[in-house]
Amino acid sequence: MSELKSTKVNWFYACETIDVPEDGGVCVKHGTDQIALFNFTRRGEWYATSNMCPHRQQMAISRGMIGSVEDEPKVACPFHKKTFSLKSGACLSGDDYQLKTYPVKIEDGKVYIDVK
Amino acid sequence: MKKVKIVVIGNGMVGYKFCEKLMSKASADQFEVVVFGEEVRPAYDRVHLSEFFAGKTADDLSMAGVDWYLNQGIKLHLGDPVQQIDRSNKTIHSYKGITESYDYIVLATGSAAFVPAIPGVEKNGVFVYRTIEDLEMIRAYAPRAKKGAVIGGGLLGLEAAKAMLDLGITDTHVIEFAPRLMPRQIDEVGSKLLQGKLEALGLTILTNTNTLEIAGEEAITKMKFANDTSIDVDMLVISAGIKPRDEIAKLCGLEVGQRGGIQVNEQLETTDPFIFAIGECALYKGMIYGLIAPGYEMAEVVAANLCGGKKEFTGFDMSTKLKLIGIDVASFGDPFSPASEARVIVYEDTNKGIYKRVNISKDGKELLGGILIGDAEQYNMLLQTCKNKIVLAANPEDLILGSRGGESEGGAGVTGLPDDAMICSCESVSKGDICNAVIDGAETVDKIKSCTKAGTGCGGCVPMVKDLMVHTMKAQGKYVRNVVCEHFAYSRQEIYDLTKIDKLQTYNEVLNKHGKGDGCEICKPVVSSILASLWNGMILQKGNDVAQDSNDRFLANIQKGGTYSVVPRIPGGEITPDKLIVLGQVAKQYNLYTKITGGQRIDLFGAHVSDLPAIWKLLVDAGFETGQAYGKSLRTVKSCVGSTWCRFGLHDSVSFAIEIEERYRGLRSPHKLKSGVSGCIRECAEAQSKDFGIIATEKGWNLYVCGNGGSKPQHAHLIATDIDSATLIKYLDRFLVFYIKTADPLTRTATWLNKMEGGIEYLKNVVVNDSLGIAAELEKEMQALVDAYKCEWKEVVESPELQKRFNHFVNAPQENDPSIQFVEMRDQKKVADWK
Ligand code: SRM
Ligand SMILES: Cc1cc2nc3c(=O)[nH]c(=O)nc-3n(C[C@H](O)[C@H](O)[C@H](O)COP(=O)(O)OP(=O)(O)OC[C@H]3O[C@@H](n4cnc5c(N)ncnc54)[C@H](O)[C@@H]3O)c2cc1C
Ligand code: SF4
Ligand code: FES
Repeated sequence: MSELKSTKVNWFYACETIDVPEDGGVCVKHGTDQIALFNFTRRGEWYATSNMCPHRQQMAISRGMIGSVEDEPKVACPFHKKTFSLKSGACLSGDDYQLKTYPVKIEDGKVYIDVK
Repeated sequence: MKKVKIVVIGNGMVGYKFCEKLMSKASADQFEVVVFGEEVRPAYDRVHLSEFFAGKTADDLSMAGVDWYLNQGIKLHLGDPVQQIDRSNKTIHSYKGITESYDYIVLATGSAAFVPAIPGVEKNGVFVYRTIEDLEMIRAYAPRAKKGAVIGGGLLGLEAAKAMLDLGITDTHVIEFAPRLMPRQIDEVGSKLLQGKLEALGLTILTNTNTLEIAGEEAITKMKFANDTSIDVDMLVISAGIKPRDEIAKLCGLEVGQRGGIQVNEQLETTDPFIFAIGECALYKGMIYGLIAPGYEMAEVVAANLCGGKKEFTGFDMSTKLKLIGIDVASFGDPFSPASEARVIVYEDTNKGIYKRVNISKDGKELLGGILIGDAEQYNMLLQTCKNKIVLAANPEDLILGSRGGESEGGAGVTGLPDDAMICSCESVSKGDICNAVIDGAETVDKIKSCTKAGTGCGGCVPMVKDLMVHTMKAQGKYVRNVVCEHFAYSRQEIYDLTKIDKLQTYNEVLNKHGKGDGCEICKPVVSSILASLWNGMILQKGNDVAQDSNDRFLANIQKGGTYSVVPRIPGGEITPDKLIVLGQVAKQYNLYTKITGGQRIDLFGAHVSDLPAIWKLLVDAGFETGQAYGKSLRTVKSCVGSTWCRFGLHDSVSFAIEIEERYRGLRSPHKLKSGVSGCIRECAEAQSKDFGIIATEKGWNLYVCGNGGSKPQHAHLIATDIDSATLIKYLDRFLVFYIKTADPLTRTATWLNKMEGGIEYLKNVVVNDSLGIAAELEKEMQALVDAYKCEWKEVVESPELQKRFNHFVNAPQENDPSIQFVEMRDQKKVADWK
């Protein structure tokens, strides 16, 4: 179905670019997984992470505000405002949490996430 | 190379800290670590155990989750105490039957509550205060108890007694064997003052009292004392000291002290060089250190030595601070040095309940110790001055009185400390470490915490860390301003003015013109709130939606689990039966938990994000509008029933409350705003605890401002008496716009006033006497906001475009989040607990 064939086996079609608000995020369903997808328009960058916040296992990262600290792009969980690097998934609020990240690519106005 | 195998027995605070320190020092593959813990959960913060009653969960208190041990390659056995150490074969045996060999053992078995052998201690309703399970049992039993008691008037006993009050056992006794409270930390004068403060909280203190018997059938009902008196009690917490857990050490033949504790030397070695003991189970030079900082230091010494270092434990300072909110008590160094050996300076203010004592060496050069009661703000400074033997300036009394003019600061002040002064004793972080971190760019407290760990233990040093940061930055020539965050070099007030002057409309416009970088979760809501306060436009318009706090973005409060609550406005708490029925029907249709709030309205909890627009469509159609329970904006104007029904009512407080609520509904501000209108001085609407409160008088209304409920309650101040409704609204317009223009982000009106130069007199002059000549302008701005009001939810309900955002999955918009779990309670649903 939405899985692409042959060379692109791990690229999962998520949605159209216009489905994601500028400088905001949405949650993508991939089987039983939930992936937070961000359209960081200010930086011209796209990021994807697990939607589950490692702090209290809340499915909420996609509803978090994005921004930067120095030049590191980050997202803040809406629950307790723990922040995570969108690049590495590392927790930037001084805790030992790790958020899973996924590569993203855009082709013809479509967003693909590498779910492997 | 073969790994060195370490078995850690005990997974309490110190056992955990040892693992953490060992892992950070060891090279990969150097050690194999196996941990046995008797408790069922991994180590948690026992120091802050009482916060369990204030709503913290076991998870919040956890030092590190099971994952952490896994990631570090540590094998963790929980709920499985070690029962035997076989020293000749170098193995241990656990309760669940596990046998492990070892190269080294680290005993971190801590201590247990000491329970004196009083007949009847085994009765129901008698507890100790040591573990999360103890607190769970106390909490479960408390609702049955009316009269409580605590044996022990030391640090822990007082903490337990306060917890009992907080659990609703208002009649609680503290029973102390000694002639006074906290005999080991403070002197007689101090004890007396402390006793007075505790009595004011509602505790009854019995000193010189020795318990002979705990009486009752199955459960405790009475305590009998040696002086032939007795009291009725139905719940007792024993906090009479600690007993080191040395039983397995004793069993395998290690030397233990007469009154308990495993004998250790400077390396924390027991009498077997392959076995160490650290934390509250270790006995060093006849002393058990019942505090966390020395325990951590012991962990450091053993971890460092195992990794090839050379460290020694040579004793530790026993300074402490009592952790009762509102009652400052601290003792440091030698609090008791008699006048024959020291110069004792005492400051006492019986009116304010302050007692301070410092003991200074005979030559006047050194601070030996002291006691602070009623005001312990200088505790950290004095502790450092004492521990680091800083040479005192000419007027040592300034230490406790503060410098009263003149240059000297009595040798204190962060600047006076040497670089090696220990600022965070829990994590052994020195002043030099912190200053260097700041010089290397850690210019926020959070950053300093994450790169040095300072302030992550008991948290007591955080104010000093902040002072050091500001001081270091200033010393580097950096101007430390009250800026919003790294993206704006302006305060909220400045951003407000700039946005207004330039008529900026979106977050990005403000950031492009006046900020840098990409923004963050701090400045986005601040700017969004300013934009809403200035123009009162739809907050979800494109571009601004993503700059709203999550609650504003979905026009609802997010809850545990990820569902949302729905709170329609019910002005003045008045509602028709028909509307009440609609609320019931909607709640039923969408299976929402329904509760009457503390703000006189009805909250429907547990709505899926995708159901919000449909729910609100039904409500809007029935004539409801949003209650902005999610916004930093006007919440409720509470009212009492007033003259329409009440035999004392002077005016119609309900009608006036509705008028006020409808005037200011939707008004966005630096923090939320609450109000109340009472029909007479009996004050049933609690108006004096609100941001602005109104009370009817014979001749008109009295207006109060800047009150607060919440965590730091504060009474509102009266600024105008006997005024008519129109004047009152004029004053309120001025007051509110002035607040919106000048307050810092997330500052309630009470805090705003507390920081205001000139205080309430100044504010009153601005609002009532128009001392700044801006009253007309303020009123005009408020009128513009009032005229621009629209119900946000009505706008969403009418706009398919805006509704698109209310989905959980972008690629499966019709599906709800499957991870949301509910359970049933009292015929309604509730969200499943945090995992
Ligand atoms: C629902 C309610 C409790 C209830 O079941 O009664 C409630 C629920 C929450 N309160 Fe409250 N407060 C509620 C009345 C109060 C009151 C009583 C009152 O208004 O008369 C107070 C004390 C009065 C005051 O504010 O001065 C109160 C003081 C707080 C505070 C502390 C504010 C402070 O200045 O210290 C917070 C935290 C904050 O705002 O930062 C808070 C925060 C919250 C939050 C928003 C916490 C959060 O961020 O999730 C809760 C949202 C629940 C939800 O999902 O809807 N709530 N809260 C009450 C809603 C009233 C309403 O109809 O809107
Ligand atoms: C309510 C309260 C408030 C406190 N407040 C403060 C404060 O403000 N400041 C301060 O400095 N200190 C305070 N303390 C003291 C502080 O909590 C202790 O000093 C600290 O917890 C000691 O750590 P530990 O690891 O040595 O012992 P513990 O935390 O007691 O941990 C020992 C662990 O070992 C386990 N164990 C025992 N025997 C075995 C065995 N044979 N096998 C396996 N596991 C075993 C125990 O079950 C326990 O989990 C407070 C304590 C309490 C209870
Ligand atoms: S409703 Fe208010 S008092 Fe109750 S738990 Fe939530 S924030 Fe705390
Ligand atoms: S759940 Fe994400 S920060 Fe707490």
